Amino acid sequence: MIAKPSIPDVLREPGAQIGKPVSRVDGRLKVTGGAKYAAEFSAPGLAHGYIVSSTIARGRITRIDTSAALALPGVLHVFTHENRPSLAWFDRKWKDDDAPKGSPFRPLYDAEIIHSLQPVALVVAESFELARYAARLVQVEYEAAPHRTDLHAHRDDTFTPGKDKGGFQPPPKPRGDADRALAEAEVSVDLEFTQATEHHNPMEMHASTVIHHEDGTLAVYDKTQGAQNSHSWICNVFNLSKSDVRVLSPFVGGAFGSGLRPQHQLFMAVLAATQLKRSVRVELSRPQMFSFGHRPETIQRVALGARKDGTLTALIHEAVQESSQNENYVEIVVNWSGQQYKCDNVRLDYKLCRLDVHTPLDQRAPGAATGVPALEIAMDELAHKLGMDPVELRLKNYTDTDPNTGKPFSSKELRACFQQGAERFGWAKRNPKPRSMREGRQLIGWGMASGVWDAMQGQAVAKATLGVDGRLTVGSATADIGTGTYTVMTQIAADVLGLSVKDVTFHLGDSSLPMAPIEGGSWTVSSVGSAVKAACDRVRDRLVTAASKMKGGPLAGIGNQEVVFADGHLVAKADPSRRVSITDVMRASELLTIEEEARSVPYLLARSRHALGTHSAIFAEVRVDEGLGTVQVTRVVSAIAAGRIINPKTARSQIMGAVVWGIGMALEEETFTDHTLGRYMNHDIAEYHIPVNADVHDIDVIFVEEHDEVVNPLGAKGVGEIGIVGVPAAIANAIFHATGVRVCDLPITVDKILEGLRRNRGD
Amino acid sequence: MRAFTYSRADTVEDAVRALAGNPDARFVAGGTNLLDLMKADAMRPAHLVDISRLPLDRIEETEDGGLRLGALARNADTAWDERVRSRYPMLSKAILAGASAQLRNMATNGGNLLQRTRCYYFYDSGTPCNKREPGSGCGALTGVNRIHAILGASEHCIAVHPSDLCVALAALEATVRVTGPRGERTIPFAEFHRLPGDTPHIDTTLGADEIVTAIDLPARGFAEHSTYLKVRDRASYAFALVSVAAALEIEGGTIRAARLALGGVAHKPWRDTEAEAMLVGKPAEAASFAAAAQAVLRGAKGHAHNAFKIPLAERAIVRALSEAAGVQTP
Amino acid sequence: MPHPMGFAPPPPEVMAVTLTVNGVETTLQVAPWTSLLDALRLHLDLTGTKKGCDHGQCGACTVLVDGRRINSCLTLAVMQDGRSVTTIEGLASGDTLHPLQKAFVENDAFQCGYCTPGQICSAAGLLAEGKAKTDDDIRELMSGNLCRCGAYPNIVKAIRQVMGEGGA
Repeated sequence: MIAKPSIPDVLREPGAQIGKPVSRVDGRLKVTGGAKYAAEFSAPGLAHGYIVSSTIARGRITRIDTSAALALPGVLHVFTHENRPSLAWFDRKWKDDDAPKGSPFRPLYDAEIIHSLQPVALVVAESFELARYAARLVQVEYEAAPHRTDLHAHRDDTFTPGKDKGGFQPPPKPRGDADRALAEAEVSVDLEFTQATEHHNPMEMHASTVIHHEDGTLAVYDKTQGAQNSHSWICNVFNLSKSDVRVLSPFVGGAFGSGLRPQHQLFMAVLAATQLKRSVRVELSRPQMFSFGHRPETIQRVALGARKDGTLTALIHEAVQESSQNENYVEIVVNWSGQQYKCDNVRLDYKLCRLDVHTPLDQRAPGAATGVPALEIAMDELAHKLGMDPVELRLKNYTDTDPNTGKPFSSKELRACFQQGAERFGWAKRNPKPRSMREGRQLIGWGMASGVWDAMQGQAVAKATLGVDGRLTVGSATADIGTGTYTVMTQIAADVLGLSVKDVTFHLGDSSLPMAPIEGGSWTVSSVGSAVKAACDRVRDRLVTAASKMKGGPLAGIGNQEVVFADGHLVAKADPSRRVSITDVMRASELLTIEEEARSVPYLLARSRHALGTHSAIFAEVRVDEGLGTVQVTRVVSAIAAGRIINPKTARSQIMGAVVWGIGMALEEETFTDHTLGRYMNHDIAEYHIPVNADVHDIDVIFVEEHDEVVNPLGAKGVGEIGIVGVPAAIANAIFHATGVRVCDLPITVDKILEGLRRNRGD
Repeated sequence: MRAFTYSRADTVEDAVRALAGNPDARFVAGGTNLLDLMKADAMRPAHLVDISRLPLDRIEETEDGGLRLGALARNADTAWDERVRSRYPMLSKAILAGASAQLRNMATNGGNLLQRTRCYYFYDSGTPCNKREPGSGCGALTGVNRIHAILGASEHCIAVHPSDLCVALAALEATVRVTGPRGERTIPFAEFHRLPGDTPHIDTTLGADEIVTAIDLPARGFAEHSTYLKVRDRASYAFALVSVAAALEIEGGTIRAARLALGGVAHKPWRDTEAEAMLVGKPAEAASFAAAAQAVLRGAKGHAHNAFKIPLAERAIVRALSEAAGVQTP
Repeated sequence: MPHPMGFAPPPPEVMAVTLTVNGVETTLQVAPWTSLLDALRLHLDLTGTKKGCDHGQCGACTVLVDGRRINSCLTLAVMQDGRSVTTIEGLASGDTLHPLQKAFVENDAFQCGYCTPGQICSAAGLLAEGKAKTDDDIRELMSGNLCRCGAYPNIVKAIRQVMGEGGA
């Protein structure tokens, strides 16, 4: 079943679908309200669950009184740790595809409280409003234990994690002697950075609807980035037969990582449905969206040493990040610094600090969005100290090999990103002096930064079925969380068989489809796209063989490489007048359908000899009101090198959206913790600020041409993460250029700018 | 949201009667604040009296040359009303600086007056809050207080009033018309909202059995020299860190009258008549504005996370007065 | 044990509410605590109107009531008795998309699609209000609709395109 990787198609046939700005194939459903999300599926007799959340951060439940809730007519049951059924015992049964090392959180497992807002009970009632009301009547008494939630207070109480999570690499061993080189450097910077806790806050709140069929089988509509991940998790936890459960998630209202692990609403809905033998929906409230994973708060130090000509001589990047008491959540924060620039003396260090919080969770460009901005702000400060242009400094230390491993990049068009981005932005006109541009009370600043992310690939399987009507159906259990998976997979499939996208239907978000990995880390096009291509290639081969065998047919005896597919036809390359329709080939061969399944596997050998990544250069303009400290990001140019772009329309949107995320990270997003209570306090989206329309102005996206034959048969690297990575730094650097104020504490809010301006004035 | 019963009032008299003797009943009109708080379990009325269809939605001229804003006129209709825009531009600007277009289409003027704080602790029934549960303590005092009060707070409550509209009304010296079982009365705007003291659960001086029927704007609208400035954490759809309603009358470069009110800094719209008096007779220039701003913030007190509001408020006052006067200052 | 509220009243009785939804008069039996949003989603199965926060903080639930855009999560169904409600399901005429729907697709003004019905209904309200003249006006007057995917520039483009075509 393993498909041999084919050679990337460099030359495209006319009418090819790859690279076309196709409008989303699911667009019509989304603009008419026809797209249904997890909480929008229903069944007769659907019951509604509402979760009760803990008010303490650590301790034990000493008493739960559910009598007032149960006394209400229409309340069906209140599930607690005291009455839950038998569940899996071993940690491994609670692990999911994105679980780090440790003991996963188990909802309603026992009396122990390990973080504030932890779910402690589920009320199930005949209506949503009744469940919500009854949840308020559940009385929970606690015995609180001392907790710690303050990373700054405990930053010295850390440990060094190992390879504690899939995809995580501990920092490489030091190169040279970075500390000595720093001390001896002609010019140096040494900065401390803090990055606030952030919550994903997709627009759709997490929800699961479990349809309980009469035969006891379950159809589970879940908000997830991996239907099969949710599927195996609930089967393991509840000891259910895999064939009795099907998880579906045709539409996901954003996730950004929040759906990479099964969340507790899924547990609750399955628990209630299996126990009550009824269909049940559980939807989190917006405050409860702060009750699970988050981007971890991080404290970093970046120290750089350089010669006067800008050559980096020392690079130190240290990070302390929070994790929970029960799991070692890790992400790659510092390794990028050893990869992005040539430097002989490098020391990278990454530590975890345990806090009484829910385990952090991958959030868009996990680690890179935290670590790379720290490096890139430090580079800007270094450029300033050197009196060197920030782009020049980066080009001076540019590397075509990954210094962490010594391997060459399979492709790296970052230099072109700098050049094209700078040109589009008008960077050449920049006066390097801070505070050199002003319009009335507004200080204007131009800043830039670079970004980097991995080009990963996992194994995936796709099945393609071609009907005699020339319509193609392709399926794989991946997800579309707004990323455009439906559309790009349709294009990849249509491309192979020369079909119009209208003739192709792609299915995803269904655990019964062929295997696909969780949708994250920008690897879906690479992994699933390669499988789709492989499956369609097989269908193509069978059609060519059939056409070749058609006695007296226009393509009789033709070889595989002599045919192109266009407009639903097989056409002889040498003589386009020799053509036959797919339908005619199938009829002649008495085929009603052609069905092929294929598994894509990464080019392991070629990959192991290379470093693989996407790169970006971001240029930003800000206007800072000098009197009030408010910031407006008026212009961003993001130049991206991510291999081949399957759909420039949807890819552009991904980058644009990630720039908006970068604006949020730079200026607005922060979850505030009350350390006395050990509780997040601004747990709603009125007070947890994400950018609104008025915050966002011109965003210009450039896709730099990049050719890559190592990454996968498509030559596409994925664009979900790279768009955010350098953006907070470009904005922070633009603020410095505007004001002369260097803020290393994200988000950069009004108070920090005013304080910096005051300091600089010497008040 | 707890269980409650619902009825609709067809006349003001009906409405007042429906509330009489029923301390657990509340009026609902726009619903944008009350229903939000009921879902958060921060308010738990047992009965709602729907007053949204009472004929109190008009904006009319008053005999003394002012405008009467019906209590049930929507915020959006008020802000876009031509008379309001031309004669009270500061008020229009303040309304449009608040909430979103959708919420302004729902929210009423009377409801805006009774809007409750956005303090995190008030909203989170899992935490202490003297406003929500008298006697439970003030979580914000020692907790997260970036958005909290710097003026007029007490050891029992450091919450702020979140309204924009009310800040402009305070500066305009509006009058609140109310009706209750004891008949009609008027409340000067400055007396409508309270400071928390040791009873932070009481926001206003409106009787529990009274209904707001209208807000009267005096003739003097400071149309020529006024503005509303709002500083917040994002460009729109966010509550004020600090806001300023500033209004001046200027003759030949000299200030003849001044009004100054702040939002986001206190339990009520913070009007400072002493600072206003300081401005009168002074030249309309930066030094005068700075002196007034310092006077307003003289007694200000910051907490762990909100001390920045003190210099920010000073700067915002200077900026707003400058804009109102039409002069350039930093 | 005594409840801290002193009592726990029973769930409220249902009431008859008549709404004209997308042109069709419908009478519902709903309890007063049912929001207009939940009435649409749970009682009428019109799930195109989204619940993004249920607290008036995101705009995903935006519908038009008597032609004006409001957040359907912060009003009760009983309060809207007799009124006319237009949801995303009511914008297209048959197979022909509303100009805003078409412009949103063409301009890729969404990604996950969850905020989209609210954005489109809000944009329809905005066009009817007629206050937005510039891109900055559109940005400000559409700021009550959060989009976590960050499609804002394309949303502005889509709305501007329809405004240029002379509205909807």
